[in-house]
Amino acid sequence: MAWFKRSTDNIKSDSLKKDTPDGIWTKCPDCNDVIHKKQWEANLYVCSKCGYHFRIGSEKYFQLLLDEGSFRELDRKMKSIDPLNFSDTKPYVKRIEDTINKTGLYDAIRTGTGKINNIDIVIGCMDFDFIGGSMGSVVGEKISRAIDKAIKTKYPLIILSSSGGARMMEGAISLMQLAKTSTQLAKLSQYKVPYISILTNPTTGGASASYAMLGDFNIAEPNALIAFAGPRVVKQATGKDLPPGFQRAEFVQEHGFIDFIVERKDLKSKLTQLLNLIKD
Amino acid sequence: MANITLEFEKPIVELEQKIDEIKEMSSGMDISNELAKLEKKVIELRTQIFSNLTPWEVVQLARHPERPFSLDYIFNMTTDFIELHGDRLFGDDKAIVGGFARLENRTVMIIGQQKGRDTKSNLYRNFGMPNPEGYRKALRLMKLAEKFEKPVITLIDTPGAYPGIGAEERGQAEAIAKNLFEMAKLKVPIIVVIIGEGASGGALGIGVGDRVLMLEYCWYSVISPESCSSILWRSWEHKEKAAEQLKLTANDLLELGIIDRIIPEPPGGAHRDHVLAAKLLKKTLIEELDQISKIKNEKFLENRIEKFSAMGFFKE
Repeated sequence: MAWFKRSTDNIKSDSLKKDTPDGIWTKCPDCNDVIHKKQWEANLYVCSKCGYHFRIGSEKYFQLLLDEGSFRELDRKMKSIDPLNFSDTKPYVKRIEDTINKTGLYDAIRTGTGKINNIDIVIGCMDFDFIGGSMGSVVGEKISRAIDKAIKTKYPLIILSSSGGARMMEGAISLMQLAKTSTQLAKLSQYKVPYISILTNPTTGGASASYAMLGDFNIAEPNALIAFAGPRVVKQATGKDLPPGFQRAEFVQEHGFIDFIVERKDLKSKLTQLLNLIKD
Repeated sequence: MANITLEFEKPIVELEQKIDEIKEMSSGMDISNELAKLEKKVIELRTQIFSNLTPWEVVQLARHPERPFSLDYIFNMTTDFIELHGDRLFGDDKAIVGGFARLENRTVMIIGQQKGRDTKSNLYRNFGMPNPEGYRKALRLMKLAEKFEKPVITLIDTPGAYPGIGAEERGQAEAIAKNLFEMAKLKVPIIVVIIGEGASGGALGIGVGDRVLMLEYCWYSVISPESCSSILWRSWEHKEKAAEQLKLTANDLLELGIIDRIIPEPPGGAHRDHVLAAKLLKKTLIEELDQISKIKNEKFLENRIEKFSAMGFFKE
């Protein structure tokens, strides 16, 4: 039975799983390619082999899109309170505090003014790292104020979304943020100020069912998950196999809800082109 | 009615049955004194039980299969209802109904989510879970109301927007978002009433208005207690706790400023008396419409945007 017997010791069950060493290499979750961190950064956190767009936060998007030194943050320190006195496995107040300490962010969106190739804009960018980019009172209020700023200055509004949906820990108040941001956008539309929505991976639930889908232009990053109910929920509810590419940016564009898809490296130039076109 | 009895309703129903039995057995005898005593006891018991309902019990009442649904209210409150079908884009969603009707002396556009009462009608109505074409039909009807300058009444009663493959392909998110956007600036008054379940974006999709009213035993929140429990505690076991935490009852929401007014239900809940429930709702709607029609020059539009823009709790 020598065929079935290992002649040499292979991986032992007790041998430690080797992770990629910290700080030098990163692994693409899509194609499993190992990428050198320097190269990865230079490539704007996109896999050079398969084009997978890694999730990045507000800080990196502001660096990527805005002219150097042009960003002026609005309402930076606005924080959630706990209107429902909510507690699940952890009290909401504690969850907020821990997340602030862990991420250095105050909530799931940062807003401000800045310039894109010298064009003044109002910008908001969500951070998925902050409780799944969930939308509660602070996200709603910051977007609402960014819209007021856009009305006042007549600067175009750009919001980059990355959100799992409304924040459960604020219950119906979170739900009302969908209404709040949408009514504010209805107000904005009366002033003929352009609003560009950029949907990144993932944009689902309350975010997609309000401001993220309401752009004069809806732009997505390649392969971003864009949905109302996420794929797991749909699969569970219907018991059916999901079609290939279901709820991915390309699929959503094919069904008519996205104007165009743009790779991260082209985002700034494409926005510049678009903003210039509608300006004159 | 009341063939289906919830656990906490049982003591009341048992006592009522006892009264019925006594009535039957006592033919010819004068037992009015005893009966009056027992009937008083029923009222006391009901008041005691219904003033101490847990949020989870309220959720169960809101889902009671014998509760009046949108069409029950429409038929009991209005006359000359003409149902209008279809979104003119894809199809006709049976989970949302709507059309013009007369409410007392005015024409209104009345739109509501519609559940079924048994398996067959529930399949037909998709359990009250709208597809995008439902929201688009609702919007089309609201635009008609705007054109003919008639106020809009929406009735919310849904376990959520349908999470189906087709629904996603046809843009469930966009359909809801568009409704929020358009309802914010619709140039006729909108009165929203939660008459049963108000589950998340699927409910809000017809829920932006000048006044948001809620029947006594309804729930309205960002997620159902079961789903909330399964996400936060990884099991459905904690639904009672989730229901408490979410602050989803009419009293809670009034306190938080999310709704404007609570409409009383018949003793023991709307399912015990559809006609009375409709009467109470109709009375409130007429009051509200009278009030809002006094506001001049579309000032209500500014108020509407102001109302939703002010929602939220934060610190700086």
